Amino acid sequence: MSGPAVPAPAGSLPATSRPAGGRPAATNGNAIVQLQAIHKIYALGEEAQVHALRGVDLTISAGSYIAIMGPSGSGKSTLLNLLGCLDRPTAGRYFLGGDDVSQMPDDALSEARGLKIGFIFQSYNLIAQLTVQENIQVPLLYQGRDLRQYNARCAELAGLVGLGDRLHHRPNQLSGGQQQRVAVARSLVNDPLMILADEPTGNLDSKTGAEVLDLIDRLNQAGKTIVLVTHDDRVASRAHRVIHMRDGLIDREVTNRPLPANPHPAHA
Amino acid sequence: MLSFQLISTVRLGIKSLMLHKLRSALTMLGIIFGVCSVIAMLAIGEGASYEAQEAIKKLGSNNILIRSLKPPEAARQQGGGGPRGMQLKYGLTYEDGARLQSTIPGVRRVLPMRIIRENVRFSRNELPCQVIGTLPFYTEVSGAEIVRGRFLCDQDELHQNNICVITAGLAQRLFAIEDPLQHALKIDAFYYRVVGILRERSKPEQRTQAGKMEGEPLDNNVYIPLSASRTRFGEVLIRRSAGSFEAEEVQLHQITVQMQDSAAVETADPQIKTALKRFHDQNDYELIVPLELLRQAEATKRRFNIVLGSIAAISLLVGGIGIMNIMLANVTERTREIGVRRALGAKRRDITLQFLVETVVLSVGGGLIGVAVGMLTPLIVSHATDMKTIVTVWSVLVAFGISGAVGIVFGLYPARAAALLDPIEALRHE
Ligand SMILES: Nc1ncnc2c1ncn2[C@@H]1O[C@H](COP(=O)(O)OP(=O)(O)O)[C@@H](O)[C@H]1O
Ligand SMILES: [Mg+2]
Repeated sequence: MSGPAVPAPAGSLPATSRPAGGRPAATNGNAIVQLQAIHKIYALGEEAQVHALRGVDLTISAGSYIAIMGPSGSGKSTLLNLLGCLDRPTAGRYFLGGDDVSQMPDDALSEARGLKIGFIFQSYNLIAQLTVQENIQVPLLYQGRDLRQYNARCAELAGLVGLGDRLHHRPNQLSGGQQQRVAVARSLVNDPLMILADEPTGNLDSKTGAEVLDLIDRLNQAGKTIVLVTHDDRVASRAHRVIHMRDGLIDREVTNRPLPANPHPAHA
Repeated sequence: MLSFQLISTVRLGIKSLMLHKLRSALTMLGIIFGVCSVIAMLAIGEGASYEAQEAIKKLGSNNILIRSLKPPEAARQQGGGGPRGMQLKYGLTYEDGARLQSTIPGVRRVLPMRIIRENVRFSRNELPCQVIGTLPFYTEVSGAEIVRGRFLCDQDELHQNNICVITAGLAQRLFAIEDPLQHALKIDAFYYRVVGILRERSKPEQRTQAGKMEGEPLDNNVYIPLSASRTRFGEVLIRRSAGSFEAEEVQLHQITVQMQDSAAVETADPQIKTALKRFHDQNDYELIVPLELLRQAEATKRRFNIVLGSIAAISLLVGGIGIMNIMLANVTERTREIGVRRALGAKRRDITLQFLVETVVLSVGGGLIGVAVGMLTPLIVSHATDMKTIVTVWSVLVAFGISGAVGIVFGLYPARAAALLDPIEALRHE
């Protein structure tokens, strides 16, 4: 990688200051994510290395819906993990909501995940011993919030994903589609800057998968920023932008439809 | 809201443990047994040493007891034949008493006692008793308590009065309906009027060489003035046994030296030994120092507690290793959950805390059950075996505290291992 571009100072990024306790003041079109020449190298031993990302530049605007596609091993998951602050890039800079998170210490990354990111996993990843309501509350727990004050919000979110009557069920009492909908509700509970989904319908049949995708569409229409990894063109067609990756680089980008200019009211 | 978070973490820990009830219960078992055994064993040990110490204390911790003993060498010589065949002279003398009184510093009183086994009769009742000739201040030295009437007085001693004081137990056994204070007992050939009834603080040990039969009640005691004992029974006691007879000359069977305080006891102990040694060329007496016995009992108890502590430590260690083992398996099994929690914002210390809390819940839960069982066990033991048991507060606190500490110590490693997992790796874990 050649000399990295001088990173834009945080101040030059769109105003995404987060008033204490409030949700991000991101409006459509403002960049909430900026990746600059991101490299990720996995050291496998003495000599062997895997260069999973080779200088990715990417800007994600608030309210956008982005699908990442590409062959297996092209670096999609690696990119998504970096976006989700689960890992740090080997080189390059990553601004999330105005903060440079590329070399943050572990605790700060955890906090960034808890406050700014919502995750939806391929295999739902609900916690088996917790009820639907408790699963939805998990992100709040780690922000030190008093969960009793969020029961109403959890019920509301469960209603939003169509599981208002299952609050006290356990994951093993739910179908795959229902579990993934709980995961969607969980990704919303902390009112994140963006929601990351790595093949969210990979484990679902096409009908229930479509239901979950419809739900994600609705979230996006309500103003949520979505980044989704998929192999499925039909899934990708729902996004504003489709990013094709190959060998650790963004190969090409397709814009399906423009990002609506008018800011949306906050979703429920 | 840290406290709230802690409460939810504890609740979560209990929930996670309830997911594998049998496994959690088995894991707890190690701690339960450990804590229970600590408390129960300490309670039994405490009870035993309490009884021993009470018995010693009753002898009077300011007292030094000196008893006449038939020396083994003398017993052999007896067979060789003296001038009158079988007369044996040994034991403490009146002079010994006087000498101790005058030479040993810190002596308050010196109480001489003659203890003679005789049958005591009242009407048609006859009981084997210890007839104890002693002085009026016996009650102050031994701590015996007058229940009715009075004890011996100086006048009785001076006039060799044929009066006696008997123990409450003997009064009950000898007198059916009559009032003992209205009657006289017959001992040997003489009648002794009963003037008082007393209760012994301790059951005085009977002189074994006086031909005691096993299994007799120990408090069949009759107290008479020392002077009366000397004149009525004489210094030479004759005992017939299986065709032959033995004659013994024993002036005093016991001398109780009451010291001013326990410090005086310690200095007097060796002084008495040397003073007696000078005038006794044979080994015809023994010294009993209750204070020393008490110290020994305490030392024994300390040693016992150390042994017990080691056993307890080992059992709790084993319990702790069991917990650690299960928690390591638990962490591996729940790797995915750890990854999810990390992705959802859990910091490393949140994960550490979660698993630590689970371990502590296990060990403290086990500790609580162990305390309950451990407090119940001594009850059952003392009910079934007549042993005294004392559950001390500190043993419960220590056992419980250790169980909690075991949870933290043995939970720390698995919890750290969980926290140090890479979130991405953990999320990929099957
Ligand atoms: N933890 C890791 N250690 C070593 N190599 C890795 C690791 N994670 C991913 N890789 C490698 O990085 C490359 C990109 O992987 P990934 O991002 O998972 O691809 P995709 O999700 O597009 O299939 C692959 O060659 C993969 O083998
Ligand atoms: Mg992948």
